[in-house]
Amino acid sequence: MNEKNSGISDLIPNVVRTGLLVGLVIVYVSVIGMVETFNERDVIRDWVTMGQLLIFMPAIVGGFLLTRRRLKAGSELGLTLLGGLVVGIISSVPVVLLVLVASWIDVGEIFVNVNRDLMEILTFDNDSPLLGALMTAGFITLAAIVGMLVMFIPERYRQALLTAVGVTLGVGVMAELVTLVLRQFVSRDFIDVFFRRDELKLNGALTVFGISLALSLLWSFYGATIRERYTTLPSRQQRNVERGGFTALGILLLVLPWILGAFLSNVTNSIGLYILMGLGLNIAIGLAGLLDLGYVTNFAVGAYVMGVLTSTGPLGVGEQLGIDFLNFWLVLPIAVLCAMFTGFIFAVPVLRMRGDYLAIATLGFGEIIGKLAVSDALSPIIGGAQGVLFIPSPMISIPFTDITLEFSDPQMLYYVILGACALALFVSIRLNNSRTGRQWMSIREDEDVAQAMGIDTARSKLLAFTLSAATGGLAGAIFAAQVDSVFPNSFRVLVSINVLSLIIVGGMGSVPGIVLGAVVLIGLPELLREFSEYRLLLYGILLVFMMTSRPEGFIPSRVHRRELKQDDPPDSPPAEDADSPTLNPA
Amino acid sequence: MNQNWIEDFSWVDLIINVLRVGIIVLVIVGSFNTLASGRFTGEQWLSLVVSGLAQGSIYALIALGYTLVYGILLMINFAHGEVYMAGAFTAYFLADYFNRTGFLNNYPLLAIPLLILFAGFISMMVAILLERVAYRPLRNSPRLVPLITAIGASFFLQYTFRGFYGSGFKSYPTIDILSGSIPGTNVPLNQVVVFIFALVLMLGLYWLVEHTRLGKAMRAVSEDKEVSSLMGIDIDRIIVLTFAIGGALAGAAGVINGLYRPQGVNFFMGFIPGIKAFTAAVLGGIGNIIGAMLGGLFLGVIEAVGPNLVLAGLGVPGANQLKDVIAFTMLVLVLIFRPQGILGERLAEKKA
Repeated sequence: MNEKNSGISDLIPNVVRTGLLVGLVIVYVSVIGMVETFNERDVIRDWVTMGQLLIFMPAIVGGFLLTRRRLKAGSELGLTLLGGLVVGIISSVPVVLLVLVASWIDVGEIFVNVNRDLMEILTFDNDSPLLGALMTAGFITLAAIVGMLVMFIPERYRQALLTAVGVTLGVGVMAELVTLVLRQFVSRDFIDVFFRRDELKLNGALTVFGISLALSLLWSFYGATIRERYTTLPSRQQRNVERGGFTALGILLLVLPWILGAFLSNVTNSIGLYILMGLGLNIAIGLAGLLDLGYVTNFAVGAYVMGVLTSTGPLGVGEQLGIDFLNFWLVLPIAVLCAMFTGFIFAVPVLRMRGDYLAIATLGFGEIIGKLAVSDALSPIIGGAQGVLFIPSPMISIPFTDITLEFSDPQMLYYVILGACALALFVSIRLNNSRTGRQWMSIREDEDVAQAMGIDTARSKLLAFTLSAATGGLAGAIFAAQVDSVFPNSFRVLVSINVLSLIIVGGMGSVPGIVLGAVVLIGLPELLREFSEYRLLLYGILLVFMMTSRPEGFIPSRVHRRELKQDDPPDSPPAEDADSPTLNPA
Repeated sequence: MNQNWIEDFSWVDLIINVLRVGIIVLVIVGSFNTLASGRFTGEQWLSLVVSGLAQGSIYALIALGYTLVYGILLMINFAHGEVYMAGAFTAYFLADYFNRTGFLNNYPLLAIPLLILFAGFISMMVAILLERVAYRPLRNSPRLVPLITAIGASFFLQYTFRGFYGSGFKSYPTIDILSGSIPGTNVPLNQVVVFIFALVLMLGLYWLVEHTRLGKAMRAVSEDKEVSSLMGIDIDRIIVLTFAIGGALAGAAGVINGLYRPQGVNFFMGFIPGIKAFTAAVLGGIGNIIGAMLGGLFLGVIEAVGPNLVLAGLGVPGANQLKDVIAFTMLVLVLIFRPQGILGERLAEKKA
């Protein structure tokens, strides 16, 4: 951006493009039904719904981004202000058109979500569609102006303000969860002051906003000093602080299910299983660069082995042979071994393939396994579409007493999953820094060079596939015991896509990234029914967005970050790289 | 290359060769059993082959989109199945409208091409948008990046269209004059018509690529981008046009599929045909247009005949459920044993 860009000639296309983009986004989320679905949840009771947030957020963001770009380009203040206003007006045009068209002809026959409910939201329940649409347009323009004005607040206060708004909206959206947790600690009456029937009231919202604004302002004034004081501490004390933090985190994780209660423990359990799978697939994708799209295979093998071996139903091996020593703990390693074995078997033929062909071949394997699981051909063994039922929960009988711990409820099962995650985390972190890990990374970067450096690539890749399969099998086995029954429906290609998404979002090869990715991508849809309906849509958007603008993920791994810093800027001429096998010739 | 085969010998080769021999033995034993038992008459085999050809011609049309894009960008457009879905799903509403007004049954020869054009247009638009938003920013990134983007785009498109049109199945109307069979045989007429429509489109594409200026430019770009840009070819334009042509063919395939199998379209319909069409493209040699056509037809026939010929002969129960398994096994086998495909040697070197 140079000063030539600051004039009006550059402003007009900029403004028109931003405005139209915002408008189309608003129309899009309305037409696919997101607005309507999200509208059922009030963020602040009687004031703001999630659907309204969805309509006005794009305008706020659009106004904000445009203003930021204009200010950076050194544009005149008056022009910038005018730009923000025009963005708002332009972006409400498509919405108004949508309302008018929908009130004129019956679009609902084709676009199922353009119906009376949506119209009520977009016209604020007005009788005249034109008047209502103009009202919405006014609010959208207002939102764009708000977005623009935010940019003019001094940086320090702006950050505090945005944090506070974010926290308030977060509490509002998650009000159900927040009240559920609060109920364990404080009385019903106290909660009712701020919440009403799982929705944040206005005074609650103001309180949350005030507290978080105060806290973030405090942090913005004193945060730097605190951080500085910490970094000037002697290293031993720093380590103590770190240790203290980790201990606190560990204790929190140990008592978590009892804070959260049974329902939320289910959520943490599925997050845990996805963390396991994410860590497993990360070995293949993140470390060794092998894009395995058939990861669900390993999950399925683990689950079916656990199911068939321990089931007390007619398909159970124990029942058929009349033996009863096959329990969860004994079968768990067997399931893992079986998953490793299938991982190995499927890996051998694809060893010679690279990149995209490998991805498609593994996808093919995943589909084959899925189809076989449903088919009649294998149903005498694994039950076909009926699945395997009656899988017992893990149990531990404490020696010398009569007490038997049964891990059947989610709060107990949590500990099994926590243990498995801890193991997988430990192995992952150790692998990251090991000789094997480095071999994998060198294969990821350039297979030919890796081979030339004396790495046995075949062996290394096999190891990656096998280890990654082991973790998937572990997750599958626990999953089988968790849900009591295994159905082929649970092993669709979507599982692989979920795991892939969380790895990409968190950052390939980055262990904390995967944990965060699982918490957000798996936890959020489980908590918010509205999200779960659009889960794969959002995953799709996230994958495209991450790849086009943040390929290293939100928490990039150290090695990856270093590489990306060394790289040339992406738009530099790629002439030198033309013969590198991992790059497309320009 | 093989002067020293003992030194080159590795256990990976061993396993792959054992796999190869095992599969050949299974296929021979299965086929022999079926043929010896005389379970099917010649006429039944014929009808299986014809239905396979009809299905295969749809795969071939979709496969052309994969092959064109791969030829130029060396990239698997994983979302191509969704481009196909977009056209088929959208054109359903037009077909339904034509049916209600009686236009479809009164003037089928006018209505069907109109439907094909409409679906082709929609799919073309989706393909162009896809290229612009998802792929163009990634032209020079590592190879896996566009593939992951394509997966994301694929799910984005699926669930967008689910949001647009709902998640239920919609059935294309049946056309009266197509619902008989050819006089004197039991070959359904619609399968033949499907085949002919697809053949016409494929020949059109072949002519376009081999005998027009645009086709020449496309071939030049797929040969060498830098040199062709030096020769004055607008690379970006050619790439967009490639996506557009591939998308249009996929949309047309969507309508043809609707005519042939009216059991319904929905938002998920593109996923499996997409992978199968990719298989067809690889089978024929990716980047090779004739190869994609042959690969599609071949895959269709294998898929129709395979379960009855091989699996039934091996005594597998419910063999016809395993149609998709046959197709995906073909995919994996081709990728393992002959990634360059039946015809395509040219591009195999470049991608190695």
